[in-house]
Amino acid sequence: MEEVAQNIETQEYFINMGPQHPSTHGVLRLMLTLDGEIIKKVEPHLGFIHRSIEKMCEKDSYQQVVHLTDRMDYLGCHINNEAVCLTVEKGLELEVPERVKVIRTIISELTRLSSHQLWWGVMGMDLGAITTFLYGFRDREMITDIFEETCGARLTMNYNVPGGLMFDIHPNFQNRTKQFLEHFKKKLPEYDELLTGNVIFTERTKGIGYLSKEDAISYGVTGPSGRASGFSCDVRKKNPYSAYDRVDFKEILFMEGDCFARYQARIAEMWESMKIIEQLIDNIPEGEYKAKTKAVIKLPPGEYYQRVETPRGELGVYIISDNKKNPYRVKFRSPGFSNLSALDKMARGFKIADLVAIMSTLDLVIPDIDR
Amino acid sequence: MNNDDLKQKILTIVPSAEFTDPVYEFLNVTVLPADLRKLAEQFNSDPDLSFDYMFCLTGVDWVTHMMVVYHLYSTKNDHTVVMKVKIDDRENPEVETLCDIWKTAEFHEREVYDLFGIKFLNHPDLRRIFLEDDWVGYPMRKDYVDPVNIVEL
Repeated sequence: MEEVAQNIETQEYFINMGPQHPSTHGVLRLMLTLDGEIIKKVEPHLGFIHRSIEKMCEKDSYQQVVHLTDRMDYLGCHINNEAVCLTVEKGLELEVPERVKVIRTIISELTRLSSHQLWWGVMGMDLGAITTFLYGFRDREMITDIFEETCGARLTMNYNVPGGLMFDIHPNFQNRTKQFLEHFKKKLPEYDELLTGNVIFTERTKGIGYLSKEDAISYGVTGPSGRASGFSCDVRKKNPYSAYDRVDFKEILFMEGDCFARYQARIAEMWESMKIIEQLIDNIPEGEYKAKTKAVIKLPPGEYYQRVETPRGELGVYIISDNKKNPYRVKFRSPGFSNLSALDKMARGFKIADLVAIMSTLDLVIPDIDR
Repeated sequence: MNNDDLKQKILTIVPSAEFTDPVYEFLNVTVLPADLRKLAEQFNSDPDLSFDYMFCLTGVDWVTHMMVVYHLYSTKNDHTVVMKVKIDDRENPEVETLCDIWKTAEFHEREVYDLFGIKFLNHPDLRRIFLEDDWVGYPMRKDYVDPVNIVEL
């Protein structure tokens, strides 16, 4: 039988995955070159949701630029807003009140938690477990409610403005956040029980989609995906911004570089996020929620670069100013774009079903890639 | 290495390199397209420099000339440099690819080609990445006129 199998001539062929494939989580088209079921090459085709945000920014004032960034990585929109605000504040040499820094950090971490919850739910579903999807969304709902009360929106929050916050936190904010932490601390071990120890799940993730540390650095794979390959790239540790310099948390590093390591990195990150929120939630300093800024912001001529750590990795905002009320050039170095570039490297030699697992653990958000 | 040491080191590799006034956050070095490969290879291979992580690559249209900006960071030595290449030929801008040195450049260079029309020589797969293949013009250029009038309000 084996002899026969060896003698059969196989032919390479192409197959399209997406742009409407459920596991691509958005409009991403992958062109796969296959030999049987073995992947020889993955070629991503992008641009289905390209809105030319960078070009639009050139016509907008700095306050307007903030709102556009919500539409990139919609699961980490608070952190995107914060990145632009920090860049503008860097250009203005504006020191924001302590209260703003702490609130921004808490909301950033809540955003990270909610994004990772969604990722966990969707990843389980991609690998055939509907329960995780329901659990993930159930717990995420509590964070969304907190955001709704404080920011007035559930998804695209627009809570940051250059100089501070749009308005102060809701009186219920601290209590509800603490209630959520109490709730989620009991639920996160449940997550672990459902997937981490599950034989089907571990079989489908362990040893799949290996990415070495050197490749992670060369491809610029950051965030939990990069740290699962041992690339120490946590911006919160390397270049602390807002209130990250005063909180105690660990940078999660795994050396295995496979899907399971990327999964574990995100689960461990959720614990660290909760730790950060706990340290800050009772210590929000009193004071103004916004520093005074002029109605028309003009940055001094020059170039400003700010990095932040989004749930998906390192987001860079590069602003070139020529002393006008709108930027000369804005570049968003989005984490998803770089992470996606390593997909071909990771998927070669594996099967189509493994590609679904690899994409899930990369946690791609397509509007973030296309911008 | 601090910025002054970096500056001296870069000048030994490319004597004609230009530096901006120290107003920016990182050390900015501007070179001509002919010197780019030489500097980039040294940046990556020299153990004192060893810039192994390219965290940003982008293009800028300065109307009089085009520019490609590379943000580089060394995970071993913990220093950052911004390498810029100035391309005077705006009609047909060309520059060598760096995607064999930093693999992340492959996608980013395609993006710059797509939106600015800067050609990267020896790039393995230089096609438009976001726009359709038959798109006319390069949208991120300052003189690009958008007939549908979406971005120019």
